[in-house]
Amino acid sequence: MKRIALAVVTLFAITFLLFLLMEFLPGSPFNDEKLNETQKALLFAKYGLDKPFFTRFFIYLKNLIHLDFGVSYVITIDLPVRTMLATRLPVTIRIGLQAMILGVLIGLILGIIAALKKNSAIDTTATVVSVLGFSVPAYVFALLLVYFVAFRLQWLPIRYNARQPFISSILPTISLSMYIIATMARYARSEMIDCLNTDYILLAKAKGVTQPRVIRRHALRNTLVPIITVVAPLTVGIITGSVVIEQIFGVPGLGQLLLLGVTNNDYNVISAVALVYSFLHIVIMLVVDILYGIIDPRIRVAGGEK
Amino acid sequence: MAEETRERVLSIRDLDISFDTSNGTMNAIRGVRLDLYKGETIAIVGESGSGKSVTAKAIMGIMAKNQHINGGSIMYSYTDDEGRKETLDITKMSEDEVRKTICGKHIAMVFQDPMTSLNPTITIGKQIMEGMVDHYHYSKEEARKKAIELLDDVGIVDPEKRFGQYPHQLSGGMRQRVVIAIALACNPDILICDEPTTALDVTIQAKILNLIKDLQKKKDLSVIYITHDLGVVAQVADYVAVMYAGRIVEKGSVDEIYYDPRHPYTWGLLSSMPDLSTNTPRLFAIPGNPINLLNQVKGDAFAARNPYALQLDFEKQPPMFNVGGKHRVASWLCHPKAPKVEMPHSLRVKIDNMLKEVNAYGKQ
Ligand SMILES: Nc1ncnc2c1ncn2[C@@H]1O[C@H](COP(=O)(O)OP(=O)(O)OP(=O)(O)O)[C@@H](O)[C@H]1O
Ligand SMILES: [Mg+2]
Repeated sequence: MKRIALAVVTLFAITFLLFLLMEFLPGSPFNDEKLNETQKALLFAKYGLDKPFFTRFFIYLKNLIHLDFGVSYVITIDLPVRTMLATRLPVTIRIGLQAMILGVLIGLILGIIAALKKNSAIDTTATVVSVLGFSVPAYVFALLLVYFVAFRLQWLPIRYNARQPFISSILPTISLSMYIIATMARYARSEMIDCLNTDYILLAKAKGVTQPRVIRRHALRNTLVPIITVVAPLTVGIITGSVVIEQIFGVPGLGQLLLLGVTNNDYNVISAVALVYSFLHIVIMLVVDILYGIIDPRIRVAGGEK
Repeated sequence: MAEETRERVLSIRDLDISFDTSNGTMNAIRGVRLDLYKGETIAIVGESGSGKSVTAKAIMGIMAKNQHINGGSIMYSYTDDEGRKETLDITKMSEDEVRKTICGKHIAMVFQDPMTSLNPTITIGKQIMEGMVDHYHYSKEEARKKAIELLDDVGIVDPEKRFGQYPHQLSGGMRQRVVIAIALACNPDILICDEPTTALDVTIQAKILNLIKDLQKKKDLSVIYITHDLGVVAQVADYVAVMYAGRIVEKGSVDEIYYDPRHPYTWGLLSSMPDLSTNTPRLFAIPGNPINLLNQVKGDAFAARNPYALQLDFEKQPPMFNVGGKHRVASWLCHPKAPKVEMPHSLRVKIDNMLKEVNAYGKQ
């Protein structure tokens, strides 16, 4: 309950900051050279932009409670931003989730195998992959994939298209997940190695538990506990990464909308997308917190006893 | 008890273990020979790094990746489920085999630090039940019942409640009791305790020691006690093996080692034992550092730190001399032709005081 209240306060603060930023941003949504001053003033009045700052802010907040994000001023004039979000959010979330799942799974598997077969060829491969994934930005991978897989080999389409939503999302998903794979593999490897050296693993062995069971029952869970904390910050990477990746592959998602909004000074669009991003992030953090409690009894029990 | 009627459960012969390190091969265990009889407690004492834990883990078949057994044997004798006598050489078995047939089921181990020995994410109960379920395929109900009995046996109050708790909800002393319960879960014959009380505070130490002693009597266990605290040894052991640089340099009954030590290293250990009854406030430490086992050891490994060393000690490894009773000493000083060397005067005084006390109060 306390967490949810905190989340609401955070969202409120973010909204205010966004509003403040846009107030000081140069330019206005109505930059068309054909418009004269009186026409501009009319437009300002039409959208209530002539009202004082706080009045506008409170109107915005009031509408926000009904999930009304206002209308677009430039991109598709007078289209409710909510409608725009409704068509674009699912694509972004789907690709983000795909990338997250792919990245976490592959990263974990890679890292854990590397730890179990320390100093083997697999271990070296995992290290190389994670160094690459760490140091090479997502858009470079995206461009490489576009060139080799889509252009030269023609295995997959270059651009996203809604008629093949899965096939055409494979390349953006892979590009987005590289960083996650790298981070996960690195953490999973070191956590697993640490875990295998602990006394409780030694005790499990001394109990006569066979090696596969030692890993399954004792090592895996204890490796996952600290790793979950790493997952949350990675979602931020997905969000920021999606802006660039959606642009490269022409994915009609939130990232693309944000760029459009920013280039056109479409205030309501920018605020809405930024708010949705923040909201997603907060939700993920909450979920991770809850997951953490489920996996680690030290937190679960302490919480339960309060 | 006469030697013949005692049943030998463990017999280590010429155990030789080395580790591959980035600086070369380290010969950590160099020909250990040790016997353990049924119901007996032996203590292995020695400085840090002398190879006590490596020996213990070798008995459990727990090997590091860079570890090699170069020779020797660890023969374990037991009566199998059908009542037949069996003897196995643990060094010849794969790690997997040892785990399946011996670890937990026949030989169990208690480690030094109860704060880290338990898995933080699994309940106490499950950790106790795990071995029973794995080895004997107990049903959940049976295992639960037995686990609660065990918790009660090791002196945990309200075992039903503790059963479902996690390690972090228990104090250090309680956790060590749980570790002991885990060790006893599958009715082992041998219990190896690797410094089981070093991490606990003094009042709890005594309680845990007594608990192990009681359980040993009740369950007819043979116990190997690993420690560097000679004070503890006197309380628990029948038989003591003093280990230095991967070898046993002196062994004998507790009385033989305490009242008639022969090896200069044992003299050093006894002198460094804090003793409230003598007026020596200064803690004596053995001068010098343990020998580097990365190099080939020539002669007696302790020679360089030994003010009484003979020329021969630097050249030829001393054999085990039988100095009477069960007492064996690996030092050329015990050779019949060696010059007579007395232990340091302060130690002589300390031992005489101990003897006086013992005679005054009657033996224990
Ligand atoms: N995996 C390993 N690789 C290299 N050297 C090792 C390894 N395990 C143990 N050793 C070395 O073997 C020697 C004996 O170690 P051991 O743990 O048996 O000492 P110990 O007598 O138990 O000491 P302590 O009282 O500190 O527990 C030490 O010098 C240690 O550094
Ligand atoms: Mg040790």
